[in-house]
Amino acid sequence: MKQKSENAIVSLRNIYVEFDSEVILNHINLDIMDKEFVTILGPSGCGKTTTLRIIGGFLNPDEGDVYFEGERINKLPPHKRNVNTVFQKYSLFPHLNVFDNIAFGLKLKKTPKDEIKKKVHQMLAIVDLKGYEKRSVAKLSGGQQQRVAIARALVCDPKVVLLDEPLGALDLKLRKNMQQELKEIQQKTQTTFIYVTHDQEEALTMSDTVVVMNNGNIEQIGTPADIYNEPVNAFVADFIGEANIINGTMIDDCRVKILGHELECVDKGFGKNTPVDIVIRPEDIEVVKPEEGQLTGTVTDAVFKGVHYEMTVMCNNCEWLIHSTLCQEIGTEIGMRIIPYNIQIMNKMFPTANNEFTATVVSSDKENNSIKIDIEGNIIEIENQYFQEDTNLFIVLPPDGLHIAGDGKGDLNDVYIESVIWKGEHNEIILESDERKWIMQSDQDEQVATYCPISFDFSKAVFTPTDKEES
Amino acid sequence: MKSKKLSIPYLIWMVVFTLIPLATIIFYAFTNKQGNFSFEPFQNAFFYSDVFVRSIWIALVSCLICIILAYPMAYIMSRCKERTQNLFVMLITIPMWMNFLLRIYAWVILLQNNGPIDTALSILGINANLMGNAGTVVLGMVYEFLPFMILPIYTVMSKIDNRLIEAAQDLGSNSVQIFKKVVFPLSIPGIISGITMVFVPSASTFLVAQYLGGTDNIMIGDVIDKIFWTDQNTGSAISLILMVAILIFLVLMNFFGDEEAIS
Repeated sequence: MKQKSENAIVSLRNIYVEFDSEVILNHINLDIMDKEFVTILGPSGCGKTTTLRIIGGFLNPDEGDVYFEGERINKLPPHKRNVNTVFQKYSLFPHLNVFDNIAFGLKLKKTPKDEIKKKVHQMLAIVDLKGYEKRSVAKLSGGQQQRVAIARALVCDPKVVLLDEPLGALDLKLRKNMQQELKEIQQKTQTTFIYVTHDQEEALTMSDTVVVMNNGNIEQIGTPADIYNEPVNAFVADFIGEANIINGTMIDDCRVKILGHELECVDKGFGKNTPVDIVIRPEDIEVVKPEEGQLTGTVTDAVFKGVHYEMTVMCNNCEWLIHSTLCQEIGTEIGMRIIPYNIQIMNKMFPTANNEFTATVVSSDKENNSIKIDIEGNIIEIENQYFQEDTNLFIVLPPDGLHIAGDGKGDLNDVYIESVIWKGEHNEIILESDERKWIMQSDQDEQVATYCPISFDFSKAVFTPTDKEES
Repeated sequence: MKSKKLSIPYLIWMVVFTLIPLATIIFYAFTNKQGNFSFEPFQNAFFYSDVFVRSIWIALVSCLICIILAYPMAYIMSRCKERTQNLFVMLITIPMWMNFLLRIYAWVILLQNNGPIDTALSILGINANLMGNAGTVVLGMVYEFLPFMILPIYTVMSKIDNRLIEAAQDLGSNSVQIFKKVVFPLSIPGIISGITMVFVPSASTFLVAQYLGGTDNIMIGDVIDKIFWTDQNTGSAISLILMVAILIFLVLMNFFGDEEAIS
């Protein structure tokens, strides 16, 4: 698999990383172009920092190759890579002053003294810290330390600068300024920046390319506008900006059914009568008179946000978020119009509408009309069902047949919450147990990238015995 | 206000057990047996100047050997897994649970004529008097005080943020350079407190030299111990000189240390 794209300065091929039998990066491929500002965006625990550490050389992937300008550098230690890092907590050397911190890399390269002096001064000018040479780094503010860290990385003249959530510890105003400055520094120095963040706004403002990651996978790579306007799935749509994500059905090319209404759209190729996820951005919904709308609803909440009003509209039990410069009174009946171009159709993240799996009956009780089945080593009792022992069952369990065990004692424990998406009426949660993924419907909000116990409600399930030999 | 009130018992403690004894020592040091102001005790103290110099010398040598032994040990420990680190700390502190005199006796038994080591050496054809020389005193001191050198250096080293080491790597340092430019400068405070904790007690210690060094190698601590029975004034004067000497040493040490840490 030694292939690399033209112009790619860093290429990751089939990278796989595991810690304590937990998959951190699941065979990812990524090309980073020269002189680009690339942002790796994702929630905490998605593997973005691990990706950065692999490029920096601090971590060796369990599988896969890292290429730098076409050369495989898996075995190259960090100090031999032409890459410098701006660390999350800056990691400035406390025993050195500002000048010596910045000069650290140059001194190691045996750069002549007057050249070091010249370069450090130039760098200090770029990061706006002229005259700070002799200051102790411990006495600088967060923003100043940040800039020293950036200067320290840039002064070595690396081909690639890695930035690991460098603005995370700064307050909002300083962060905005620094975003601007970083972008300017990147353009001035014509260096490739690989920037890791969980802040979607930061990613959209600064980057040429955004890489959206979730749970060890790359979900989408594209320009900020692409990612915002044409998210590939509900996760990306939900993570970037605000969005109404709802279930729908693709009737045919360019025809989609939402909440019982058939609307025109521009997407093709999903097949006929396919369940899909639909994204409509709150600012893309036009508020009109009820009789002129494609959909109608009642305003239940309106909040002034400065530039616009944020309204919540209930339409067939489904919550819609609308941004509009005109406020509608709470309780008003309104019409909503969406132009076809603004309806973004996406494939469902979960391949099937229900949970479909097979399990074996481990014991059965005719008197009480109940059976016990084995799911991933957990024995679960099911009432009001009877099948003979050792029967293989094909089970279809709808999303509302799963719930989080509030008492902490679930049928399956330590199930990983991969994504939680608000679908207007309820949350659609995708879970991952040891062997399979599950789809769950819930009214509660859950925290992504955490673990929870789940229980099954098999009264909603459909059981079909299958041939023993088959499974 | 509250914290001030809370500090009163400690203040009383310090006045009763530190300041008053100190004042008493100073008073005795500057008076003769009749209780009149006099420099006589210092003149008497001068008689022991060679013991004094030897004590400082032995303390310095012991301290230096402790650093040489402790530093790599502390470095290795700080690089280990946390469980291994805890095990090391326990192994280092276990000897300290035993009485100090007992440990010195153990050395006497090991090293005395016809003792196990002496016998083993004479089988190999080496006949040496293992006891009663300055080397044995230094050995006893190093054995006694090594943990006090390892632990502070280890504590400081284990607190060095691993990200600083990664940052140094990132900027192009190999492992030797990481040590020279990051680990060593950041561990200096540990060395300084280690020196304080080893040099001060070993300069003023007694009994170790008496047991291991014989009569020719007694140290100033032993002199104070002996002399106090008969002449409290001279004993006080020697104590005072020792105290001032140690104080000067520590001030120099800290001054030097600060300079080092900055440059």
